[in-house]
Amino acid sequence: MTTKEFTLDELAEILRTGSGADDSAPLDVSTAHTEFTELGYDSLALLDLTSHVQRRYGVVIPDDAVEDMPTPAVAVRYINDRLAAARGTDVRAH
Amino acid sequence: MSAVHAAPRAVVAGVGVVAPTGVTADEHWQAVLAGKSGIDRISRFDPSGYPVRLAGEVSGYPIEERVPARLIAQTDRYTQLGLAAAADALADAGVDPARVPEYRMAVVTASSSGGCEFGQREMQSLHAKDPSWVGVYQSIAWFYAATTGQVSIRHGMRGPSGVLCAEQAGGLDALGQARRLIRDGLGLVVTGGTDASLSPYGFVAQLATGRLSTVEDPRRAYLPFDEQASGHLPGEGGAILVLRPEQDCPDHLGVVLGYAAGFDPPPGSDRPPAVRRTIELALRDAGVTPAEVDVVFADAAGIPAEDLAEARAIGEVFGPGAVPVTAPKTLTGRLYGGAAPLDVVTALLALREGTIPHTVGPTRLAHGCDIDLVLGQPRHRPMDTALVLARGYGGFTAALVVGRGTRGA
Repeated sequence: MTTKEFTLDELAEILRTGSGADDSAPLDVSTAHTEFTELGYDSLALLDLTSHVQRRYGVVIPDDAVEDMPTPAVAVRYINDRLAAARGTDVRAH
Repeated sequence: MSAVHAAPRAVVAGVGVVAPTGVTADEHWQAVLAGKSGIDRISRFDPSGYPVRLAGEVSGYPIEERVPARLIAQTDRYTQLGLAAAADALADAGVDPARVPEYRMAVVTASSSGGCEFGQREMQSLHAKDPSWVGVYQSIAWFYAATTGQVSIRHGMRGPSGVLCAEQAGGLDALGQARRLIRDGLGLVVTGGTDASLSPYGFVAQLATGRLSTVEDPRRAYLPFDEQASGHLPGEGGAILVLRPEQDCPDHLGVVLGYAAGFDPPPGSDRPPAVRRTIELALRDAGVTPAEVDVVFADAAGIPAEDLAEARAIGEVFGPGAVPVTAPKTLTGRLYGGAAPLDVVTALLALREGTIPHTVGPTRLAHGCDIDLVLGQPRHRPMDTALVLARGYGGFTAALVVGRGTRGA
């Protein structure tokens, strides 16, 4: 289990690779608080994002969690919370 | 509108072509007139292990320049080709969909294979890794209605939309349904179809029918109505057309005059195939007599029994050799859902130009195929009306009658 923080850059890279991106709506700090729907990413794009994160980090993210991540900034925070929780579980387990 | 008014006629306001013969209507038409074939060795995958290695590909066409990256990631190639052709057709029609009420516009396309290439990629992830590697867009990209849905979303068209899956006949069924919607009062329908199943997964499904030609010479592999007919070759692409009511579009490329669909009796039945009856119903629907039809664009399966059935039906309706018949699809291979819409575009250009393109390939007609197949070079004559035929594997049959448009060359 990694102890690295999940970053906005990483989120942008996963969305770009999985769901595509265009120049009209860049994914960076300038749009971190813009709603995903405004950036052109729908619930399928967010499901693709969480499925990548689950695979990469081995954490479990329920499907309906995408409703709790309206913006890139919130999504990054949510994913980091799950990673921290998973690390906590690991610590307790050992 | 009062009930005494007749239903509006559906006219073709614009077309978009993405085919092995060209990626604009004009490029396609010039290739057809020159007899320039788009058939070549398959390059989208290594075909060396397959009994058929030839196909009509849309090559040298950077799709990423025509379709936003977002949509590339989320769609199969067949939908990408459809999106590009739809954008071209709307531009050709001179319509800005943003200025038309969204429920007055609909999308009705044909698809025979759905998103094979995309589906294969995801299946490979599933089997080589595990289900978590299957991308979420598999849920929508493989689907037969994916092109209809993506075109509808992209251009904000929310009227009654759908997809027709009837193999090669589906393209005419889509146009028939689009015409019905225009007659019912819609302002604009994007219709036609594309297919692109040139991936191993899509290809083996076609091989299983036993209808593909295994002849290795690209000039001799697909010879409809010829005594050496040995099946056909597959291709990718198609055409998208924009239909509008005539009163909104006086400057048009053609009129959809009549349409009919039929279905063949089961194998072993002593009843005749549906093609003759379907032609007769389409002519009746159009209010056109056989003598008024100037040219027939044949389905041209390239399978001796199917060629004979089609040639006989044409002979029975029009009289032996009484109407010129052509099949430019030998230059593209069979495009399945995209084939008949492309034939309709070619037919409209033929009517406009007063030129029947010739059929490249066949040289000696098979015994019993007593049709006036236009061979060797295009034939010039003023024309008003064309009949387009399409027959799909499994018994699907459709016929569409189109009339010359008002738009000049």
